[in-house]
Amino acid sequence: MNIYADNAATTEMSEAAINAMTDGMRNWYGNPSSLYTIGQKAKEKLEEARAEIAGIIHAQPREIIFTSGGSEADNQAILTAALNGKKKGKTHIISSAFEHHAVLHTLKKLEKDGFTVTLLPVHESGLVRPDELEAALREDTCLVTIMTANNEIGTIQPIAEIGAICRARHVVFHTDAVQAVGHLPIDVEAQQIDMLSASAHKFHGPKGVGFLYARKGIVLQNLIEGGAQERGKRAGTENLPGILGMTAALKEAVGAMEQHNTHMKKIRDYLIRGLSEIPHSALNGDAERRLSGNVNFSFEGIEGESLLILLDQKGISASSGSACTSGALDPSHVLLAIGRVHDVAHGSLRLSIGEDITVQEADHIIEATKEVVAYLRSFSPVWRDLTEGKKEFILK
Amino acid sequence: MALYSEKVMEHFLQPQNVGVIEDADGVGEVGNAKCGDIMKMYLKIDRDIITDVKFETFGCASAIASSSMATELIKGQRVEDAMKLTNQAVAEALDGLPPHKLHCSVLAEEAIQAALEDYRQKQERNKE
Ligand SMILES: Cc1ncc(COP(=O)(O)O)c(C=O)c1O
Ligand SMILES: [Zn+2]
Repeated sequence: MNIYADNAATTEMSEAAINAMTDGMRNWYGNPSSLYTIGQKAKEKLEEARAEIAGIIHAQPREIIFTSGGSEADNQAILTAALNGKKKGKTHIISSAFEHHAVLHTLKKLEKDGFTVTLLPVHESGLVRPDELEAALREDTCLVTIMTANNEIGTIQPIAEIGAICRARHVVFHTDAVQAVGHLPIDVEAQQIDMLSASAHKFHGPKGVGFLYARKGIVLQNLIEGGAQERGKRAGTENLPGILGMTAALKEAVGAMEQHNTHMKKIRDYLIRGLSEIPHSALNGDAERRLSGNVNFSFEGIEGESLLILLDQKGISASSGSACTSGALDPSHVLLAIGRVHDVAHGSLRLSIGEDITVQEADHIIEATKEVVAYLRSFSPVWRDLTEGKKEFILK
Repeated sequence: MALYSEKVMEHFLQPQNVGVIEDADGVGEVGNAKCGDIMKMYLKIDRDIITDVKFETFGCASAIASSSMATELIKGQRVEDAMKLTNQAVAEALDGLPPHKLHCSVLAEEAIQAALEDYRQKQERNKE
């Protein structure tokens, strides 16, 4: 049995996306900037895609810029708000402790350039508190950037509340919605979002393509200089096949969203119940306010990479916040941000299930995880110390 | 490309010398939960020969494979030869480790050194 349970890392492309891409490669090879018919046909396709995507998030077509993915969109949004703010003497930025590195590393760079960054705590639940955002806002705050849904623990932030606070205080609000677009309803008007990042490969589209929504009136700063594509805000001949693939994938994902979420939530909660039977384990992040595909657990006394490789041997592809999986020295900054100590953060497992997961597959995941955790504990010196009472259990 | 060599996978999936020695002559534990790998080595030594060795490891695949290989390499050896075991020797015997995983083999070397040191100290105390 092969079960792909790492959809937060990337997804399998949908048939619709593959077809749209092939159609783009085969039939719409013209350069959208060319004047002759073949070029203008490509331009038409490009603008149709833009309008489609804009409609899905309740934006205007001219508010959508196509990018090479989520990271680029995050970089451009943040640098835009920072540079525009600086012109008005505003150099304070608010974000959260568990953003994606595309956001956190961009903020680090800005700190070196004299910006001040406040990272809001996300608490044990993995949720930002609107009152804490309110309190952190300053006269010189030029940007609030809070992700819609976290990529590791799946917690969903109170975006509409954050949007309302920012709007009232006239502060630009950007959200990294890479894990949310195609999975949660997005309405940039109702949620009062000024900028939003999305990436196609998280909703069954192709890799290396995404988009940035920027509300009319926000003057975007260029990351890439060159031709006049994307209203002069993102140079480079458009990746039309990718954009068409993304659009087809998004259309399909949004069309089936409710049905998918209902099914995945059922399986997600089934997995949570099953894995909770493992002694000295804990779910990471709020149990309710999380993506319907995300399950993230910590198991005391074991290390994540070993767990992943042994699960892989049993046909299960998953991920972990362990340091040794990433080559980093520290375990996941997300798990540390929700207060998990190193010992426990190392032994974590993220399952991000797909829309077509079955109960039988969930049963296999639960059985395999139980088995592997017990096996690794059987020769873990940490587990020995815990069970012999030389160390205190942290989880339950 | 696979993350690990076949040899590493072999020792990770079927680690040798897993367990504890209750009446060990030397025990060494190194690493900490912060860095993510902890190894504990148990030695049985008879007239300067390592007659048995067991390990317990909390850590990544590379740490578990390194523990397994290190125990294989010193089993049956004289104490003074085991003292000379290096992390390079462990890594080489595993047909190499990814660069950011070399620290796991260092831990295996250190765990054996620690167990041998524990043995040496016990010997000293016995002499007194
Ligand atoms: C929350 C979040 N932001 C940004 C990114 C980066 O997106 P991309 O891989 O398209 O650059 C990812 C994906 O890894 C993500 O999960
Ligand atoms: Zn390691």
